[in-house]
Formats: sequence, structure tokens, C-alpha cells
Amino acid sequence: MKYIDSAQVQKKMGVRLSTNQFAKSLFFLATIFGLIVLVVLIYRVFAQSLGWIDLDFIMNKLSTNPERAGIMGAIMGTLWLMVVVAPVTMILGIGTAIYLEEYAKKGRLSSFIQTNIANLAGVPSIVFGILGLTVFVRGADLGNIVLAGGLTMSLLVLPVVVVASQEAIRSVPGYLREASYGMGATKWQTIKKVVLPASIPGIMTGVILALSRAIGETAPLVVIGIPALLIPLPDNIFDKFTVLPMQIYYWTIDSALVAEYANLAAATIVILLFVLFVMNSIAIIIRNKFQRRF
Amino acid sequence: MEKTVNVREIIKKNKSTMNLSRISEKVMPKVLLGIAVISILTTIGIIFTLLAETIEFFKAVPFIEFFTGTVLKPLGDNAQFGVLPLLTGTVISSVIAMLVAIPIGLMTAIFLSEYASEKLRRFLKPILEILAGIPTIVYGFFAFTFVTPLLQKIVPGLESTNILSPGIVMGIMIIPMVASLSEDAMSSVPNAMREGALGLGSTKLEVTWKVVIPAAMSGIVASFVLGISRAIGETMIVTIASGSSKNFTFDVTQSMQTMTAYIVEVTGGEAPAGSTLYYSLYAVAMTLFVFTLIMNLIAQYISRKYREEY
Repeated sequence: MKYIDSAQVQKKMGVRLSTNQFAKSLFFLATIFGLIVLVVLIYRVFAQSLGWIDLDFIMNKLSTNPERAGIMGAIMGTLWLMVVVAPVTMILGIGTAIYLEEYAKKGRLSSFIQTNIANLAGVPSIVFGILGLTVFVRGADLGNIVLAGGLTMSLLVLPVVVVASQEAIRSVPGYLREASYGMGATKWQTIKKVVLPASIPGIMTGVILALSRAIGETAPLVVIGIPALLIPLPDNIFDKFTVLPMQIYYWTIDSALVAEYANLAAATIVILLFVLFVMNSIAIIIRNKFQRRF
Repeated sequence: MEKTVNVREIIKKNKSTMNLSRISEKVMPKVLLGIAVISILTTIGIIFTLLAETIEFFKAVPFIEFFTGTVLKPLGDNAQFGVLPLLTGTVISSVIAMLVAIPIGLMTAIFLSEYASEKLRRFLKPILEILAGIPTIVYGFFAFTFVTPLLQKIVPGLESTNILSPGIVMGIMIIPMVASLSEDAMSSVPNAMREGALGLGSTKLEVTWKVVIPAAMSGIVASFVLGISRAIGETMIVTIASGSSKNFTFDVTQSMQTMTAYIVEVTGGEAPAGSTLYYSLYAVAMTLFVFTLIMNLIAQYISRKYREEY
């Protein structure tokens, strides 16, 4: 009995091999597509911002005159936003992660919190904006100030910090904890003096990624009603503020009226991308430098 | 004599620190539990705020009218609140996005997981991560100032704000997500299965198509569903590039509004609290929230239920 007709196989071999080769090049082109778009996008933005970025652009305040307009207000606003977002997400995110990894019994409550965090990560950012508008801006009657925007942003990026911190804490080997208990330390002392210091690189990577997400996010702040009008520079967390993405948003939609605004938007994008690039590089450096010390 | 005093002092000191640590032993778990519960409170807060105002909305506008009405005219005397124009805008932009993201994302995943050398993969993956890290506002600017004018040269009658251009750009934004999740699923298929098929004389394409993809199907489908959810919730790209016309149409060259863009428009317009326009904001947001929540739950269910155990 003969199951395979070798002549048939021989005949089909060429087609099968060339199909494979064709598919390989097709898959490669698809992969390169992302790279091409990235290059085009960055080239376009840089070309359009040329001649618009200088020290004046960074140091000047907002102006209706495109030649004199600057982004100092947006830079200060972004910094003040971080003053709220950084501590709030760190306390909430790391606290949640410690509870889930070290204290929670594997039961209903901990798996409920876990599922809940996974779901929060998938909620559209604009919905967080509505939550912030209803609870912080109107409910607590804060108005559209740094504090309200910062709290909204913190809740939005919280899942990033929780998940990263959980992974970092989980990767601390058990013998470190056992050694600490063996010396007579209590559970909280072990967490504070052994587990947390050992997992700090992983946690910081997560925190920096969360902050860079908060810097680039626009939708929630649009909903909260953050202006990009001529407002004074913010001095504390109770002042009105604007941030870089909001500046880009208003200049982009107004570029239909004043063509130069498109160049201002492009120049602001370059600054924003530069800030994000620096932050992500720091995260990568931390991750590479402290990886697997155990 | 001196020594006894010292020992007593040490014991005393130890007792006081023991008390302190005993207190923190008792208190810290509760404090941390309180912090962990904040994520649940956030979810409750979202659902409660949306639900409360949505109920107010449906007191003014009948449920049926909202979900079957083809006219959305929130301002003026004869205000009409049909959500269908927003739903079609959202669905069409998401479909365009997925038409871009699914094939390119899947092919990228196949290339990275099956064909690329380790060296090439280590070069290409970070580039995809950069693409995923670009803020959506930048993509919005790109769609509005570059992609739309480019498409206008190719597609006749394309309006300066349309649903096609943001749809495509949204697809590009989602490619990295589909690619990296699918690649994870495909990489976790054990090599023994590939080698078995290769040993029988299959080509790499046949191995990929008939062994790896079927084995990784649950993860791949989950990545598609998450991509759709992302497209439905995306805001800035559509707000900037698709305009604010509340057209009920299937013509992709026209301006259309999505649910997210409507929310931006209404909140930007300072709707007086208590008006039907104000409540419509929450009804639309609730619809958006329910849609994306269902998508996320489906994705979680698929990847948990059909996860192959090797």
C-alpha cells in the first residue's frame, strides 16, 4: 500500500516553497510598515516645527500672536500636575500591590480587587474624565484646578503602577523573607526593610511609565474643562492650569483659522515627545541596571 | 551594678519598640486594605455617577427613542436625542481601524514570532513599543494635518474632516497592541509542536498556518477584541480629525461623530447642569462604558477559558 505519491509531492514542492518565501516577505513588509509610519510621523513633525522651537518658545507665556506664543504655562502646568500624580499614584499603587501580594489571602476579595484592576485598565480614559468632572470638579467643588486634574489622572494610571509593583514584589525570592523572619523581624518589618528595597527598581520603572502616560494623556483633561486660554502661570495645586497635550489640541483644531498654529502644535509635540523619550529612557536604564540581582 | 541597669534599660527599650511594631503589625494590613479598596471605589464611583444621571436622562427621553432615533440634534427647540448617528460613527471608525490593525498586526506577530531571528526581533520590538507609546493627541495631529490631505489626493470627494482618516490612524495606533499580544500567544506554543510538523515536511508557512495559529487562537482573538475595545474608547484622534457632524450615514468620506467625540463636544460647551443636553452626556458615556466593559470581559473570558495547557 502506498500512501504518498512521491511524484505528486515533488511537483508541489516548488509552489509550496515559493509560497512560503512570498509569505515571508509579506510578513516582513507588514512589520516594516509600523517603522515607516513612525519615521514619517517624526519627520513631518520635526520638519513642521523647524524654526519655531527656540528658547523664547519655551520661556514665553501663551499669546494670540503665533510669533510670540510660548509654552511656559503648559510646562509649569505639567510639572504641577506631576506634583499631585506622582505621590498619589505611588501611595495608592504600591499600597495596593503590597496588600495583594503580601497580605491578601487567595480568596474572593483579593481576586475581586485583581479583576477590578484589570477592568479599570480597560476603561476608556474619557470615562475617567467624566468621573473627575462629576466627583472632583463639581462634586467636591474644586473647579478645574491642578488638584482635580491630578486626582483624575492618578486613578487613570493607577493600574499601571499596581501591575508593575506586583510583578516586582513577586520576583523578590522567598529566602530573603525567610532570612528576615529568622532574624526575628515581623511581617511589616520584613516588607519595609527587605521586600520593598529589593523591589524598588521594578516599582520605579512602573511609576515612571505611569507618569509618562499621565503626561501624554489628553481626553480626561478635555472633559474636565482644562483651558488653554491666557491664564496666569500656576503657583500651587489650587491654581488653574494647562498642560502640553491641551496646548497641542487647541492649536491643532485652531490651525484651520490661523495656519501658523499648526507649526506651534508641531513644535509642542516635539517638546512633548522629547520629555516622554527621556522618561522612557530612564525607565529602561533602571530596568536594565537592576535586573536580576538575585 | 551598672550592667543590671543597662540590661533593664535595654529590655524597657525593646518593650517599647515591640509595642510600636505590634501596633504597626496590626494597623498596616488594614491601612493597605483600605488603599487597595480604592480601586473598587473608583469602579463604583464610575458606575454610580454614570447611572444616576443616565436615569435622569431616561426620564426626559424614552429608552426606545434614544436607541432607535436616527436624528441627534441636542441644541435648539426641537432637540432630538437618537444615539444611532454616534453608534454608526463609533462602529464605522472602529471597523476601519480593525481592518488596518488586524491584518498588519497579525502579520507582524507572525514575522516576529516565527520568521525573525533573535537579533532582528530585539531590534524591531522596541520600535513597536515606541509606536504604542506615542500620545493619541499626536496621532490626532498626524491624522488631521498629514493623512487627511494625503487621502484627499487619492479619494475623490473626501471632506477635510471625515471618518476614514482617523479610522486608519487609529488602526496604526492599535497595531502594536494586536502584534505584541498575538506574538505572546504564538511564542508560548511549544517548539515540540513546530518541530513535529517540520519533521513531516511542512514549510514554515504551513506550520504557522496549521499548527501555531490554531494553537494560539484564543490569545490572538483576545488581542483582536481588546483592539476593538481600544478603538471604541479612543477619543482625541476622532475628535480632531472626524469633525462634529451628527450624520447618520455609512459614507466614510463624510464627517461623522463618535460617542467619545460627542462627550468632548458637550463638556466643552458648558452644558447647564440639569438640562437634557447635560444628562445626554452621561447616557452616551454609559453606553460607551458598557460597550467597552463587555469587550474587555469577553477578552478576559476567551483568554482564560480557552487557554491551552501544554
